[in-house]
Amino acid sequence: MGQLQVNGVFLHFGGVTALADVSFDVQPKTVHAIIGPNGAGKTSMLNCISGVYRPQRGSIRFEGRDLIGLSPHRRTKLGLARTFQNIALFKGMTVLDNLLIGRHCHQRSGILRGGLFYGLAQKEEIAHREIVEDIIDFLEIQNIRKKVVGTLAYGLQKRVELARALALEPRLLLLDEPMAGMNAEEKEDMARFILDINEDRGTTIIMIEHDMGVVMDLSHRVCVLNFGEKIADGVPEEVQRDPAVQLAYLGEDRAVAAERQRA
Amino acid sequence: MSGIEQLGKADTFPKLLAQNAQRLGSRVALREKEFGIWQSFTWQEYHQHVRDFGLGLIQLGMQKGDKVAIIGDNRPEWIFAELAAQGAGGAAVGVYQDSNLNEVAYVIDHCDATFVVAEDQEQVDKILDMAAKLPKLKHVIYTDPRGMRGYHHPLLLSFDAVEARGRELGSAQPELWSQKVQSGRADDVAIISYTSGTTGFPKGAMLTFRNLLSMSLSLNQVDRKLPDDEFVSFLPLAWIGEQMMSVSTALAIGFTVNFPEEPETVMENIREIGPHAMFAPPRIWENLASSVQVKAMDATPFKRLMYRLGMPLGRKVADLRFSGQPISLPTRALYRLAHLALFRSLKDRLGLSRLRTGSTGGAALGPDVFRFFHGIGVPLKQIYGQTEISGISCIHRDRDIQFHTVGLPIPGTELKFSDSGEILSRSPSVFIGYYKNEQATKEAVVDGWLHSGDAGYLSERGHLIVIDRIKDVLRLADGTQFSPQYIENRLKFSPYIKEAVVIGKDRPYLTAMLCIDMGIVGKWAEKKRISYTTYTDLSAKPEVYELLQKEVEQVNATLPAAARIRKFVLLYKELDADDEELTRTRKVRRRFVEERYREIIEALYGGQQQVAIDTTIKFQDGRTAQIRTTLLVRQLQLEAG
Repeated sequence: MGQLQVNGVFLHFGGVTALADVSFDVQPKTVHAIIGPNGAGKTSMLNCISGVYRPQRGSIRFEGRDLIGLSPHRRTKLGLARTFQNIALFKGMTVLDNLLIGRHCHQRSGILRGGLFYGLAQKEEIAHREIVEDIIDFLEIQNIRKKVVGTLAYGLQKRVELARALALEPRLLLLDEPMAGMNAEEKEDMARFILDINEDRGTTIIMIEHDMGVVMDLSHRVCVLNFGEKIADGVPEEVQRDPAVQLAYLGEDRAVAAERQRA
Repeated sequence: MSGIEQLGKADTFPKLLAQNAQRLGSRVALREKEFGIWQSFTWQEYHQHVRDFGLGLIQLGMQKGDKVAIIGDNRPEWIFAELAAQGAGGAAVGVYQDSNLNEVAYVIDHCDATFVVAEDQEQVDKILDMAAKLPKLKHVIYTDPRGMRGYHHPLLLSFDAVEARGRELGSAQPELWSQKVQSGRADDVAIISYTSGTTGFPKGAMLTFRNLLSMSLSLNQVDRKLPDDEFVSFLPLAWIGEQMMSVSTALAIGFTVNFPEEPETVMENIREIGPHAMFAPPRIWENLASSVQVKAMDATPFKRLMYRLGMPLGRKVADLRFSGQPISLPTRALYRLAHLALFRSLKDRLGLSRLRTGSTGGAALGPDVFRFFHGIGVPLKQIYGQTEISGISCIHRDRDIQFHTVGLPIPGTELKFSDSGEILSRSPSVFIGYYKNEQATKEAVVDGWLHSGDAGYLSERGHLIVIDRIKDVLRLADGTQFSPQYIENRLKFSPYIKEAVVIGKDRPYLTAMLCIDMGIVGKWAEKKRISYTTYTDLSAKPEVYELLQKEVEQVNATLPAAARIRKFVLLYKELDADDEELTRTRKVRRRFVEERYREIIEALYGGQQQVAIDTTIKFQDGRTAQIRTTLLVRQLQLEAG
């Protein structure tokens, strides 16, 4: 049974159909890629899982529990975290503070005790800082720990955002184009981090990515969307060979030509 | 007693460590920043790790005389592995962490290492990639398990696993380790330090405990380190200078060694620790100085004012001290004020408040940077030495510092010059030879004198002045030696001089062709209300000649009389790599330049006052332009002597 089960999800915006009867399963501790041409509904799918959108029909179950109707912060508590296509960090705050905010959902002491910084609040703060420092070490961002996020280079901000998502200690991590706008070296680093997160921490990852090299290298399973419909789902090699996928990506003539060439 | 005798029976690193563990016990020996916190190791813990890892090596089959290669950033495990290897009767071989595959394989294979201790996945990859070419290797031990889960190579073991094996062996044979350690001798090889020769393969200098400890103790007589000192270890541990401080001297004196979190956080970590002693190449000092200048520009108007008032005073006091002149009482009082208002907080920002001794070596450090640090009260000293003499043979003494010298020999070190002007030195720290290279050893050490390959001479104050590599030293017609590169570097320390070419090979005297720095000379000219159009025009201005003459005269004052510049011209264009006058790394192509500017050089040695130039120059876009100008030859008045 999948850790995440997406079943017959429909999402419309007025007359526009963003997702039409999309179903897939994500097995625990795997990297699952969602690919597709622009406007295929990839981010919409992610938004349905993280709770930004509410699909009109279908179900999304995480570890057996139905997510539909739960607000994003409740889903976070269940063990979901995500990064955004456009970086969503507090630009005026330091890296460290951004990560500590990521710990907010695990905070138990209230506003009063936190304000007085006494007893539980103090102990909690130390425990949270330890977890955050562990992530800083993991993602190798020690040298920017106290830098204000807005002053950092784009590639680093992406890494900080990933760190912030990790601070939630998720069991399922949603990454929306983690490599967008990065140079080759930054991509290589990010790919290594994603693998490490998956293998060392055992975190399940759902990733939207356009760089096919990265997708084919990293993912255990790939699911292809086109115009809101799932057109393929399988291991990377299978999906690469799938004529429907080639059609979606390359257009009709070329796909036929590619098919003929093979035959 | 000045030698190693004063250490008594503790005449090797592992013995010293055992002694320190007893004597200093729970005091902090090492510190490493991890997870944002400085984590400490006491002398006892340091000793335990070394013992466990050493016994682990023995359990894995390490024999007396085996070599253990170590590669990685500065971390406590690096030093644990080194002392463990030495305690088990072997020697440690440091490999530079930024070496490429072939360099790593060459060193590991040449030193016959049976064990390699590698920091992380990156270093392990290098070794496993070359494993087929390293038949003598028995085990590769990694310290950081990060990313290593997928590795199942038969050679691989984790640092912790080796320590666990060692603990097992230790509980079965509790006396084994101290027996091993006690059987070590001062004349055993402690480390083999590979030096990157400018030509051919690197050579492995074998240094004994006696070599290294003599060095530390002699140096300590003139450059005092105390047991309560803090030291930050951030230069490669494979390098002799870092070995000397972080291992040898730290063990002999008992101060605390701190390891930065990451190579990128060194400057931040230095500030957190506030070291008492610091050893860094010129690059680091230059960075520190320029960071102050940049931040001063962004400071509040009040702070800027303080900076503008304070710094000239600091420089003045520094210069007085350099030249050994007395400082008047009012100046002293003002300096004291400036210290309170400015220097104190500057030093704090740099993390140098507690610095008792800072040293630089390896390359020349510009006088401005030197003056800056002395101005704000950081006692920066120049050092000189080779790997083959355990790192250091000369250092400045407190209150006897001149930036163009490298100071006096340390106690126990003799210095002399060969007929060709080569610097020779002799001390108990001279190495016992290159590993598996008799021929090179014979060339390097003759009758106990180490041949440095550097040319040099002594100043009036008895300080050693290093000129250049001896093969780069040229001779005037009368046989006087000079190093064009040395003089050119001194000239280029002037902000107004961009490039300099010194000529004189087989000539009666020295001359120079200089290129002004258009930006800085241009600004200077604007301030002086001198109007100019092009580079050619600016460099022909009599006022500019006047300015540059002063710069040349200043450099001349630091040179021996026979090797001073008599005449110079300011070139009408900058030397350019596109014109093949410079290499891509901006080194002057001497031969080419001398050929190209033959006319000018002839005029310098001819007696002409000026040279008419009529030449075409090519721009980057391929266009050409005609230059017609007249170059002035400026003759300098030289006082005899």
